Amino acid sequence: MVEILVNGKVVRVAPGTTVAAAVLIAGEERFRHSVRGEPRGPLCGMGICFECCVTIDGRPNLRSCQMPCRDGMEVVTAVFNEG
Amino acid sequence: MSVRIADVAVVGGGIVGAACADAFSADGLSVELIEAGIVGGGASAAGMGHLTVMDDSEAQFALTSFSLRLWKRLETALPAEVEYSRCGTLWVAADDEEMAEVERKRQFYTLRGVTAETLDARQVAEAEPNLRPGLAGGLLVPGDRVIYAPCAAAWLVKRAIAGGARVRTGVRAVSTDASMGAGMVTLSDGGRVSAKHIVDATGAASPDLVRPRKGHLAITDRYAGFVRHQVVELGYLKSAHGHDIESVAFNVQPRATGQVLIGSSRQYGIGDSRVDAHLLARMLRRAVEYMPRIATLSVVRAWTGFRAATPDSLPLIGPSPRNGQVLLATGHEGLGITTSLGTARLLADWVAGRKPPIPIEPYLPTRFPAEVHRG
Repeated sequence: MVEILVNGKVVRVAPGTTVAAAVLIAGEERFRHSVRGEPRGPLCGMGICFECCVTIDGRPNLRSCQMPCRDGMEVVTAVFNEG
Repeated sequence: MSVRIADVAVVGGGIVGAACADAFSADGLSVELIEAGIVGGGASAAGMGHLTVMDDSEAQFALTSFSLRLWKRLETALPAEVEYSRCGTLWVAADDEEMAEVERKRQFYTLRGVTAETLDARQVAEAEPNLRPGLAGGLLVPGDRVIYAPCAAAWLVKRAIAGGARVRTGVRAVSTDASMGAGMVTLSDGGRVSAKHIVDATGAASPDLVRPRKGHLAITDRYAGFVRHQVVELGYLKSAHGHDIESVAFNVQPRATGQVLIGSSRQYGIGDSRVDAHLLARMLRRAVEYMPRIATLSVVRAWTGFRAATPDSLPLIGPSPRNGQVLLATGHEGLGITTSLGTARLLADWVAGRKPPIPIEPYLPTRFPAEVHRG
């Protein structure tokens, strides 16, 4: 199993799990905010729509659906995307 | 096709043409605005949208400071999509030579009543934490503003329409003829507009005296708070944008969305509007030299546009030397967003026979000898 932090909460997932899946497992549905402040979450699941962007290890706007979890990753949702 | 009759036909619906349509319409004149593409979709969409007071010459200072005052009168009326921002301009000095320029600029502005504050190395780092360490300092001009120009142009056009102006988009003016006391504009759809005055606000497409200067811009994804002011390198003045055929300079702006708008580049003699990957890379490397963390941001779009450059870097405002019925409102180069309102005011006063708030003479196209004009 791989262990990551989602908004400070420990989440344990199977190797190969995407960050998007781990965020949903953590119970977080609001990944980012649109320009007008509406909540956004994974839509296409294949890296096209950019709706699932989160901050990973301090880097904002990364597509969580394209990112496999690595041990010790720190994921923060809907922080850097405040419009 | 029928002939429409108007007091003024404005050809070109960029921010300058939009401001002219608005000003003439406010004077009670009937206005026809003709735009080949969409309103604000040309050079207005390829500028950074700064409303800035410039000190390159007294004439440029007069027009930019007058225009900025006009913008500030509108600030409560502008709708949210214009993204009017009070971010100010921070001119960044890399070394002692550029700090001397900071002092010269500060004195110039202060003498003329424009607030400008010298920042030392520590203060400049505090003002913009993403600037590289070790810069000498900077000059903060807090009164400068930034807008999103395409929406500002659309708003000015909307106001002109409310004042009775008619707007035609997607139609080109194929010829203008002003031989019989009244001007006649023939349109690409066969229609014609008869007008006492024809305003040429076609920017780099104007046949008189201007040459197109290509510029690149890039915009990032949203990184709120990454940059706080419009930030410009002072090397802009002394070397980067000198007389080279091709040059880049560091210039970034915060946008209301949290995006970072990155400029700038200059190229002459290029007709191709496609993004030049080599020059875009140079422009972004320059930005990274000043703000290293820009290298970690995602750019979501890059695009280009053509500004109308003149031999003396001042716009062309007033009767065309080739045809007095045609009033030029072009040649604004990189300052057209700022100076659009001042240009419109000067032309409206000219037509009405009013004394303008600042002298129009420095911008009259007749300042150039006739043989310089092409066309």
